[in-house]
Amino acid sequence: MEKIKTIARPTLKTTACDAGCKECQTSCQSACKTSCTVANQKCENAKRR
Amino acid sequence: MIHKFKFKDIFLVLDINSGAVHVVDEEVFNLLDGLENSTAEKALQKFSLVKSTAAKEASQLVEQEMLFTDDSYITDKMKNNEDSVVKAMCLHIAHDCNMMCTYCFGEQGTFAGSKCLMSLEVGMKAIDYLIANSGSRRNLEIDFFGGEPLMNFEVVKKLVDYGREQEKLFNKKIRFTITTNGLLLDDEKTEYINQTMDNVILSIDGRPEVNDNMSIDGRPEVNDNMRKTVNGSPTYDVITKNYLNFVKKREGLYYVRGTFTRNNLDFAKDIEHLVNLGFSNVSVEPVVTDLKQPYALQETDRDKIFEEYDRLTDLYMEKMNKGEAFDFFHFNVDLEQGPCIVKRLSGCGAGTEYLAISPEGDIYPCHQFVGNKDFYIGNLFDMEIINKQRDKFLNASIYNKEDCRNCWAKFYCSGGCHANAINISGDINKPYKLGCDLEKKRLECAVGIYAKTME
Repeated sequence: MEKIKTIARPTLKTTACDAGCKECQTSCQSACKTSCTVANQKCENAKRR
Repeated sequence: MIHKFKFKDIFLVLDINSGAVHVVDEEVFNLLDGLENSTAEKALQKFSLVKSTAAKEASQLVEQEMLFTDDSYITDKMKNNEDSVVKAMCLHIAHDCNMMCTYCFGEQGTFAGSKCLMSLEVGMKAIDYLIANSGSRRNLEIDFFGGEPLMNFEVVKKLVDYGREQEKLFNKKIRFTITTNGLLLDDEKTEYINQTMDNVILSIDGRPEVNDNMSIDGRPEVNDNMRKTVNGSPTYDVITKNYLNFVKKREGLYYVRGTFTRNNLDFAKDIEHLVNLGFSNVSVEPVVTDLKQPYALQETDRDKIFEEYDRLTDLYMEKMNKGEAFDFFHFNVDLEQGPCIVKRLSGCGAGTEYLAISPEGDIYPCHQFVGNKDFYIGNLFDMEIINKQRDKFLNASIYNKEDCRNCWAKFYCSGGCHANAINISGDINKPYKLGCDLEKKRLECAVGIYAKTME
């Protein structure tokens, strides 16, 4: 495409399942402790990565 | 749902329900005006009336489910979090502190109770509880908090040893973190923390890692305004010396963690100060407090704070371009390998997967609620759990919050801080608006920076 460049693929739907594995770090255990930004976390599911 | 914004000289479009992010030209950007909450069908109808390459390419993205995707793949089961697993604990190892920080949400370390250090017995009971209630979760987290945890360091060390024994018995992996104000961070504790709390060392392929949080607000005049010892003495000189000594020896992750208030709305200068001192990992966040405090952030401060995040972004990119990049926590966003949609729906996990334990063994939804009787859950030695508390937090997911349901940031933010919501509105399902605005601003900065690095 000449007018649009996709810089992040649409991965959210592919992660849908009945219940996430929840192995990722709880957000308040990291530096923030207050402002809850789940997006700063990484997925720690080895199969997914 | 989409969100479009301009960052520096580039135009960005976020497709919220798919997670896709696009850099577009100005023609496409303008074509999307007024379509933020549009369905795919309505968007295609509009595009069909415009004979242009911009309309054609936008239509192609819609057909490929990368623009105007809907959220029909999110089921009711996903939205209704019924997971009863606990995987993270905040141990209030000390309800005592050798500092008297003005903005402390913990009543200068005692959380409205009496001074108390957690006993080894209570700490072990907490670890047993965590493991027993962790289900099939392998990665568990224990944070040593306070008050000042280094005031009870011998118990910290014994609990780490105990945790290491138990994780072997039950096939768990415990990630230890600790928060300190730095006054007691001597060489002995530095060495111990570096040896025992860095999970990167324990993991061959580099998975779990430990964060050390250190509290320092930046310039001396800002730091010493808010962060004094119990007898009112300044702390900057002592703690910067201790912290620089610590990070010099540190191989694992750490963050220098500050708080900005109304007293330093020019907080980008504090971040720059910390970076220039030599700290490569920085997290500085808005104060959490009630609005009556003189240092509380007010709605009228919004524009000033936004400008400051813009200055911070410029600083961040300038340093990056010079080869002197630093890590600012809220600019870290993994757009493709972040948490799954289920995690993003449930939010921070307070009161469900994350609990805080007081020195007496009382259980609370998180560190912000410790000492607040309205949110008492139970006690480790008397396991009658008040389920109403749990349900309140279980149900506080983004689809149950009116303000979150239609917010473009919902899957990045995941609903905000529950304590903030309750402090400000009294309602866990009504997020703190200024907090939301700042979160969205930070996200735009983070995504914009990411886009710039992809150029």
